[in-house]
Amino acid sequence: MYKVGVIGDRASVLGFQSVGLSVFPVSSGDEARKLVHKLADEDYAILYITEKIAAEIPGEVDKYKDRMLPAIITIPDRNGATGEGLRNVSKAVERAVGADILFGGEK
Amino acid sequence: MDRLNVNPTRMMLSTLKRRLATAERGHKLMKDKRDELMKNFLELARENGRLRQEVEKELASMYKDFEKASAVMSNEAMEEALMYPKQGVELSVGKQNIMSVNVPEFSFQTTAKDPTDVYAYGYADTSGDLDGAISAAADVFPKLLDLAAHEKEVQLMAAELEKTRRRVNALEYVMIPRLTTTIRYIQMKLDESERSNQTRLMKVKDMVLEDAHDYKN
Repeated sequence: MYKVGVIGDRASVLGFQSVGLSVFPVSSGDEARKLVHKLADEDYAILYITEKIAAEIPGEVDKYKDRMLPAIITIPDRNGATGEGLRNVSKAVERAVGADILFGGEK
Repeated sequence: MDRLNVNPTRMMLSTLKRRLATAERGHKLMKDKRDELMKNFLELARENGRLRQEVEKELASMYKDFEKASAVMSNEAMEEALMYPKQGVELSVGKQNIMSVNVPEFSFQTTAKDPTDVYAYGYADTSGDLDGAISAAADVFPKLLDLAAHEKEVQLMAAELEKTRRRVNALEYVMIPRLTTTIRYIQMKLDESERSNQTRLMKVKDMVLEDAHDYKN
């Protein structure tokens, strides 16, 4: 059986605990980096990571992009979305098509 | 286009012709694959973007609910209330093959006995806002999972599409032109040596005839 993990600052991830996800409050990028590696080796299939923390460890998130598991998904934290998540989607389009032809107009 | 560095022989010519045929067939197949991937991918990416916006909006309102709850409750009481969730989540992962891309398929099961009762605390010493926040979290959760599946799919498809696109271009602009120029070069060389052989033979024939019969033309 696989598990779902949430990584982020304490106040943001607290809510996810109530629905039964495993939450891992972190405060720094270094901590998050180690945690991501550790959880990816265990049976975590999905890791939600707040945009702010993800921005501190850009290489680590990209490293798992081409692997089937785990899926590392950025979510906004409680201070609101930075738009990083949508930017990731348009980055994927750019990678596939060569130019962002879907989300280029809206910013 | 620069040609391959090969010996202009008949054997090489037939080898290259075979390679060209394979390259052309491969190019056609790759191109078809690219077009189909592109079609699927664009649809998925659009859906992904829509889903993400939706989830982000719902998450924002969920955070707001939690914020409200934490304003009227002490930190300790809130952590205590959330410490032992009633509901656990069990995720099973399947594998789905879309256009030769293996994408994970998530399906989840909650272990709560009663899905409407996710509140792991007595109502006496918690705020009503917390109930609302938790029910919002429970609502957004399936969508969050859906988003994860979609986003992973889009990422994997993007990687595959990039690879396929490169292969198509490499075949179209490098391999195939290089093979055709080499084939033409070998053919020219062979024709040329054929002609030089022909003239040499005619010359020799003349000389032999002259020797034998004093024949001159």
